[in-house]
Amino acid sequence: MTETDRVAEAVEPSSGDGFSRRALLGWTGGALVVGAAAAGGVATAVTGTEDKSSTPALGSVDFHGVNQAGIATPVQDRLHFCVFDVITDDRAKLVRMLQQWTAAAAAMTAGKQIGTGADSGVPESPPDDTGEAVGLPPNNLTLTVGFGPTLFTKDGRDRFGIAAKKPEALAELPAFPGDKLDPQRSGGDIAVQACSDDPQVAVHAIRNLARIGFGVVSVRWSQLGFGKTSSTTPEAMTPRNLFGFKDGTRNIAGTETDRLREHVWVPAGEGPAWMTGGSYLVARRIRMHIETWDRTSLQEQEDVIGRNKGVGAPQGATGEHDVVPLKALPEKSHVRLSHPDTNNGATILRRGYSFVDGSDGLGRLEAGLFFLAYQRDPRKGFIPVQQRLAANDAMNEYIQHVGSALFACPGGVRGADDYWGKALFA
Amino acid sequence: MSVVRRRPATTRALGVGLLLALPLALTACDSDDSSGDAVKVTAKDKSCDVAKKDWPAGKNSIKVTNKGSQVTELYVYAQGDRIVTERENIGPGTSATLNFEIKAGTYEVACKPGMKGDGIRQKVTVAGTPAEKPIDPRLAEAVAHYRTFTNTTVEQMLPLATEFVNAVKAGDVAKAKEYYPKSRLGWETIEPVAESFGDLDPQMDAREADLEPGQEWSGWHRIEKALWTTGQITDVEKGYADRLMADLKTLQSKVGTVDITPTSIANGAKGLLDEVATGKVTGEEEAFSHTDLWDFAGNVDGAKKAFELLKPYVAEKDAALTGTLDAEFAKIQGLLFKYKQGDGYVSYDTVDEAKRKELSDAVNALGEPLSKLAGVVAQ
Repeated sequence: MTETDRVAEAVEPSSGDGFSRRALLGWTGGALVVGAAAAGGVATAVTGTEDKSSTPALGSVDFHGVNQAGIATPVQDRLHFCVFDVITDDRAKLVRMLQQWTAAAAAMTAGKQIGTGADSGVPESPPDDTGEAVGLPPNNLTLTVGFGPTLFTKDGRDRFGIAAKKPEALAELPAFPGDKLDPQRSGGDIAVQACSDDPQVAVHAIRNLARIGFGVVSVRWSQLGFGKTSSTTPEAMTPRNLFGFKDGTRNIAGTETDRLREHVWVPAGEGPAWMTGGSYLVARRIRMHIETWDRTSLQEQEDVIGRNKGVGAPQGATGEHDVVPLKALPEKSHVRLSHPDTNNGATILRRGYSFVDGSDGLGRLEAGLFFLAYQRDPRKGFIPVQQRLAANDAMNEYIQHVGSALFACPGGVRGADDYWGKALFA
Repeated sequence: MSVVRRRPATTRALGVGLLLALPLALTACDSDDSSGDAVKVTAKDKSCDVAKKDWPAGKNSIKVTNKGSQVTELYVYAQGDRIVTERENIGPGTSATLNFEIKAGTYEVACKPGMKGDGIRQKVTVAGTPAEKPIDPRLAEAVAHYRTFTNTTVEQMLPLATEFVNAVKAGDVAKAKEYYPKSRLGWETIEPVAESFGDLDPQMDAREADLEPGQEWSGWHRIEKALWTTGQITDVEKGYADRLMADLKTLQSKVGTVDITPTSIANGAKGLLDEVATGKVTGEEEAFSHTDLWDFAGNVDGAKKAFELLKPYVAEKDAALTGTLDAEFAKIQGLLFKYKQGDGYVSYDTVDEAKRKELSDAVNALGEPLSKLAGVVAQ
């Protein structure tokens, strides 16, 4: 901290980490809002406040719209994905939290602070915003919500009176051969996908939503991701995964409205009304056996993927974006098996990220691909493709699916009166 | 957490409350602008120069500049090393401003180069009478009742602690184990107050893992380790049992002198939940005896007492908050009840990860709204 940051120690001694929140209390600018923050208790953490950062909200993505942002939006560099369990039976509390979340999400994606912000409000109360994103532009922050099957029914019980609105497409995923799913990294009632070009902005968003949700939801699991492995802007350079290969060169672009309509967005009349304009999200934590992969010959690596490692051209072609000559690819190659043309046209929108969570107890990289796929119906998208891959993919020797979840992501928040799940809980 | 050592957050929370019950308007205008009137303190490696040693009672401000070669920290201590205000991690070449409230009396300013030890101290004298804000009668009543509560709690723990100490001294391991958690329960209930007396907390309640190099380990946990690991009580433990009793008597004699304010009661309640969240729910506090749930219950009871005392006032200002807190206290106490066994609680090592998470969720659900309490009380 520089001296100029030490605005005032105010009356509270510093906290044990040697850094006092109170040190941030600056009363310049007349930001003091007497009484406002404490008046509503937790509920005050919901309204957006004026952007107090001196940096304008560069690179913000519209929060409101027919579809949720964060699906067809150009894939940002960083991810914090968090899955919550609802720990209350009180439907009204859940709805109130979703309203608070929505208001907070609208503020944060616009580059604003939550509630009375990080350095205003009553000095004796913790601020409404934790503050680590103050001064940072939103860096294209998007927050996307999804509801898991267990939100609707659990142990055969209709938890919140919404069982009848559970979409058929939101059935539990079937068991795939080779899966080794960790229940601690699977399932869950509500997912929030935070994507931003700045990791701190994404983490700030999840941290604050978790905080607002205490008592209503409990964090079940979460995943940080970096280095997008798919692109929804195919004209840009296709990123590489941790195997060093380009993948997803034929992913759906955010601008391809026809393909989005056909494969990603749920149309009116398909399933319950609240899903109109929504999409289904499959999340899979795929552990990569990095060390054994790195000992594999170049030829085998390329045969496993079905691509050349250099420019990323499909085997038998010369350019990255060339039409994939499917028959020229090894039968069990990943690209051949996952291609829509060999899956009756099954197409998904991928926006997965690499992850490295340090090393495991054996000293191996705890790393892989956090696979995120959006589709209009998983029964026609992810499930048939994964069934083929799980049975045949040469890559299975080098990967293992260790986490899995499925969520129904409703249509977008349409305006100030709308909130995440309003149509579902109406 | 402090880089150098671990101090309970509640110490600081109470430290504030010791002298703070001020209208927001007074405290809120502080900024660097006020540092013009600030008492200048120059901290070097071997000196701590306080420019002015007679201070007016009321609002004061210190601007400390570290001209030494090590990271330092600054404390203002009331008698008995009660912390009035403190600032850690003041790097070489940097300054920090501390604003605080102080009553008439004698105090010590301490610079701690390297953030270690008792520091280089200077006496200061505070005189005069600051204009005081009239306190709401309901809050005044809460303060009076909380004072009675802390006094009574210490009175009530003495016989239990006596049983414990006598059992240790008689070499009766079984009885000592039985009375170990009982002898601590009162301490855990009033922890924010108990911790405010300088060295008493480290002497009585230090955990082995938190000891500083060279620090003598005494108190409950020292005896706990012997009882639950070797099961042998030697003269060493017997000596520490005597010292524990002496420290408790000191606590008893001092507890009535604590300055209590509505804000400190509220912050203390929040601090108790923080204690649960960081030490008890993890099983870190009672590493050998696994009696963490006793401490957990003590902390929750203490927080509930504080809340109940403030409730008549807070309910009027923010009924939604008191409603939430009522519900969450009921929930966490209901959850704790599941672990009741006889007049105590089951061993925490029988509580699996999923159940610990359930407890942790309940602590978060209560701790978050509880952190709003001080803000309402301070209005």
